[in-house]
Amino acid sequence: MKTHKVNKTYAEINEKIRSGKVVVVTAEEMIDIVRDEGPEGAARQVDVVTTGTFSPMCSSGAFINFGQFTPTIKAAKVWLNNVPAYAGLAAVDCYIGATEPCEDDPLNKVPPGEFNYGGGHVIQDLAAGKKVHLEAESYGTDCYPNRSAQKKVDLESLPYAVLCNPRNGYQNYNCAINLTKKTIYTYMGALKPRAGNANYCSAGQLSPLFNDPYYKTIGIGTRIFLGGGVGYVTWHGTQHKPSADRTPGGTPVTPAGTLCVMGDLKGMSADWLRGASMQGYGCSLTVGLGIPIPILNEEMARYTAVSDEEIFTQIVDYGNDYPNGVSKSYGQVSYAELKSGSIQVNGEPTPTVPLSSLVKAREIAAILKDWISRGAFQLGEPQFTLPV
Amino acid sequence: MYSRILVLRFPKSVVHKPLVCNLVKEYDLTFNILNAQVLPRREGILVLELYGTRKNFKLGVQYLKDQGVQVQNAEQEIKRDQNSCTHCGACTAVCPTGALSIQRPEMTIEFNQKKCSVCELCVPACPTRVMKVRPKNQTFFD
Ligand code: SF4
Ligand code: SF4
Repeated sequence: MKTHKVNKTYAEINEKIRSGKVVVVTAEEMIDIVRDEGPEGAARQVDVVTTGTFSPMCSSGAFINFGQFTPTIKAAKVWLNNVPAYAGLAAVDCYIGATEPCEDDPLNKVPPGEFNYGGGHVIQDLAAGKKVHLEAESYGTDCYPNRSAQKKVDLESLPYAVLCNPRNGYQNYNCAINLTKKTIYTYMGALKPRAGNANYCSAGQLSPLFNDPYYKTIGIGTRIFLGGGVGYVTWHGTQHKPSADRTPGGTPVTPAGTLCVMGDLKGMSADWLRGASMQGYGCSLTVGLGIPIPILNEEMARYTAVSDEEIFTQIVDYGNDYPNGVSKSYGQVSYAELKSGSIQVNGEPTPTVPLSSLVKAREIAAILKDWISRGAFQLGEPQFTLPV
Repeated sequence: MYSRILVLRFPKSVVHKPLVCNLVKEYDLTFNILNAQVLPRREGILVLELYGTRKNFKLGVQYLKDQGVQVQNAEQEIKRDQNSCTHCGACTAVCPTGALSIQRPEMTIEFNQKKCSVCELCVPACPTRVMKVRPKNQTFFD
């Protein structure tokens, strides 16, 4: 077992939060602190590093219980503002998924479709306190005779509404290009022909899982900023792949870890849960997510000091390769290069386009820093950490 | 879904007919009235945003013209809903003129309307739909 020179426990850091003595910095501020003081000095000085990301996260949705009707109903099909919600659960429970388009959406019949309203927008409307039209249909049973019912609901009147996102916060993601001869519309945005642009989607040095690459402090029960409120990491996410290739510093160079997160929608805000319409692709939800990383020792100080120069991803062709399941890289680029505005693809300069808001990621890290500094947010010690 | 802001001028011979109503009934178009004025014994002017499929839109406009209505495209401009922009950057992939650009190192997305050609490519490319087509602030009734 490796021994550290600095050793702090969650309880000690939480005690500092309670007494107002905690030192919190953002993941961007931590870079300079570790550069100046070294990991050990930084670990003595800093207790918590905050991270943030604000991106479309398709694997998102909400469990909703909408209360009974009279006569009672065992809802078999449910729509919220005409967006189908999955109702194969108990009588008045449903799950509204972010990517579900509304019933009369023309989809991609005239490509590229617009996807103006879907599950993500329903969640945004609920978080904004707006009234949402709920319709339920059923086949009728002795105990639940009602076959069809509708009502207006809003977040306040719903007995239960919990955001439950089975895959958020991807640790790294591809940089997308298009090597075909026509523009394509993907979940990575519009991609012009012949590698006309290169799109990427990560907050890089601010992104939660880049700051704890081996999930040493993140696991079941980690308390987080989620959609403007408080949430928890409740499992590893779908497609969690810790075995991805990594740099010597530990950050994966392809998509790797993911998070399953949950939180009470009633504490969240529409500023941080934004319905998204991905042209030609579909609906989604842009989620604000931030994780506080406890600096338990100098090793965590070193991890959280990671900068865009040391984080890399692969250039992937979404024109031919990706749809055909071909896994091929057209080069490895750092997030520093991506953020500079131009990268080299096959020897040609290519403009880069971000899809993840760095402005909002910084805001989230700053809000979380403020919550913790004010004593309004305590760290959640994980029951066990994510699989590595 | 196709939409345009139109300025319709109704000569006094047709001012009393329910023409716009027929756009809805016969051509499945929806509209949003932005301004309207009917001067007694003179022409009427209606500024509306008309939505529908491209095909129905064409047919509807043809119908109006056949009825003697003058149809003009309103001068349009692109506006950004500043407060709702998330500064994600997705729009910079499609903007051909550099009107939408990234300010470094802050990574805020700037919109310079002077460089905008009103090509409208950013409107459906913006995931949060904050780029909007608006009629130019002109007086229709002078
Ligand atoms: S795509 Fe829309 S939300 Fe994103 S930066 Fe451009 S205008 Fe703002
Ligand atoms: S309308 Fe065209 S030129 Fe103007 S900002 Fe949008 S994409 Fe750029």
